[in-house]
Amino acid sequence: MSLHTLSVAELSAGLARKDYSAVELTQHFLDRISLSNPVLNAYVTITAERALADARAADASRAAGTAGVLTGIPVAQKDIFCTDGIRTTCGSRMLDNFVAPYDSTVVERLSAAGTVLLGKTNMDEFAMGSSNETSWYGPVRNPWDHSKVPGGSSGGSAAVVAARLAPVATGTDTGGSIRQPAALVGISGIKPTYGRVSRYGMIAFASSLDQAGIMAPSAADCALFLQTIAGFDPRDSTSVERPVADYAAELTTPVKGLRIGIVKEFFERGLEGPTGALVNAVLEQYRALGAELVEVSCPSLPLSVPTYYVVAPAECSSNLSRFDGVRFGHRCENPRDLMDLYKRSRGEGFGAEVKRRIMTGTYVLSAGYYDAYYLKAQKVRSLITAEFKAAFTKVDLLIGPTSPTPAFDLGAKVDDPITMYLNDIYTIGANLAGLPAMSIPCGFDGHLPVGVQLIGPHFGESRLLSAAHAYQSVTDFHRRIPAAYV
Amino acid sequence: MSLTRPQVEGIAHLARLQITEAELPVYVDSLSKILSFVEQLSAVDTGSVEPMAHPLEGESQRLRADDATETDRREKYQANAPSVSGALYIVPRVIE
Repeated sequence: MSLHTLSVAELSAGLARKDYSAVELTQHFLDRISLSNPVLNAYVTITAERALADARAADASRAAGTAGVLTGIPVAQKDIFCTDGIRTTCGSRMLDNFVAPYDSTVVERLSAAGTVLLGKTNMDEFAMGSSNETSWYGPVRNPWDHSKVPGGSSGGSAAVVAARLAPVATGTDTGGSIRQPAALVGISGIKPTYGRVSRYGMIAFASSLDQAGIMAPSAADCALFLQTIAGFDPRDSTSVERPVADYAAELTTPVKGLRIGIVKEFFERGLEGPTGALVNAVLEQYRALGAELVEVSCPSLPLSVPTYYVVAPAECSSNLSRFDGVRFGHRCENPRDLMDLYKRSRGEGFGAEVKRRIMTGTYVLSAGYYDAYYLKAQKVRSLITAEFKAAFTKVDLLIGPTSPTPAFDLGAKVDDPITMYLNDIYTIGANLAGLPAMSIPCGFDGHLPVGVQLIGPHFGESRLLSAAHAYQSVTDFHRRIPAAYV
Repeated sequence: MSLTRPQVEGIAHLARLQITEAELPVYVDSLSKILSFVEQLSAVDTGSVEPMAHPLEGESQRLRADDATETDRREKYQANAPSVSGALYIVPRVIE
């Protein structure tokens, strides 16, 4: 049976028709995980017993007539989301033995909707990375080519969806961590507006940028899951009190008349070769669907990456100060005194990239440097945000590439942080401005998938999803599965 | 922008991170490169621009009423601590 090739809506219909039970569906995915995870290293923790218990509860709910649209659908959680009673590592040695004492809101809402927890996915340590190579648990392999990275930081979530070891996975995106891996493994991924999804119980990296979202084969799948996790949560002080649109109902809004802005700055530097050609073909496809394409300019956008590498490390150095070896997390052996305990616990518990970012952040926030770095970066951020805002007075959505290249070789960029940081050159702008953005597959460069990015105005998720869905209604890139995982 | 070894040692101390002798030159090099890279921001004219205070216009940090809403889950929370004694977290002697 090829249940793993079905969409969320098809799986939901199959469960409703009793073609298969939630237990059978769950077992199908657990079997696929047992077979392929040793190679992909995409799950850090597989929660088989919990999954089967969830599935039995889903079947009982179905029998009782209380099932919803997601009841019995399996899901993988990025290991950044706290799961009550289940190890939550954030890809770090620091949290190797951390058993979360409560559920994050994202996990809680998906459980309440009757979904089945398959496991926790591998990720760059504390979500800091673009290749999944900074994980304490080792890199994830790209299902399309095991010698390539899956992107990051949500590399495990990307790989489990691409290899169909889960129908859907959660992700988080601080500078592109949902969209870039989605592009590199040929799936869809949406980063909602800042504040749209609660971050309660989501381990913090950079608090003015972090946002949770969904990774799945199609925009339609993303819509169904985003519906469940979006919405106000009083436990997150950045959560926005504003109604959530009906994403599924608005999914079929036609593209005709939609004004799509071609961001000039996205197309003029470093976008050579097949990625550029594939993204240009998407523009033609939207034109054929009746969209109006308009060139727009955001001149400060090329400053996104340097702006981000001040703001994000500054906030990370503050957020990660909570890991002190006292209340939870790794503690060094035989500390001489309190200072030794702090320094060695943190020195041993954090990996090289996390330490690099903590130190960058510590420096830019230190006395005498705050104005020159953090304040300056926040001013440039205002410039970038204002340019996006001006663009959205002319167009409904913006379009550009997601990543400058397809998946690169494992190990290719680990020794050169700046080159690694530039992977996110097209994605960071949306985080700096708090905008919703999504990546969808748009073709192949050789055997490797390529993604295209759509960016919307604040709370424009519905329009992003319907534009992506319109494209996916006339293309089949989102249905392609790597040959080894069919 | 080039950082010196003592500067990086100072940053590591502020960040409460033990850095090994082998790691130190790697951080001197990479932190210098990162600071040189972000240096380009200083050339941007931001004269009258207000620094961003919140990614969403008009939004600000919401405050809740000062009511106790959490239940006592001390034992569950302490289960993750490396060393506890009763309600206390144990650390090396601070006062000699």
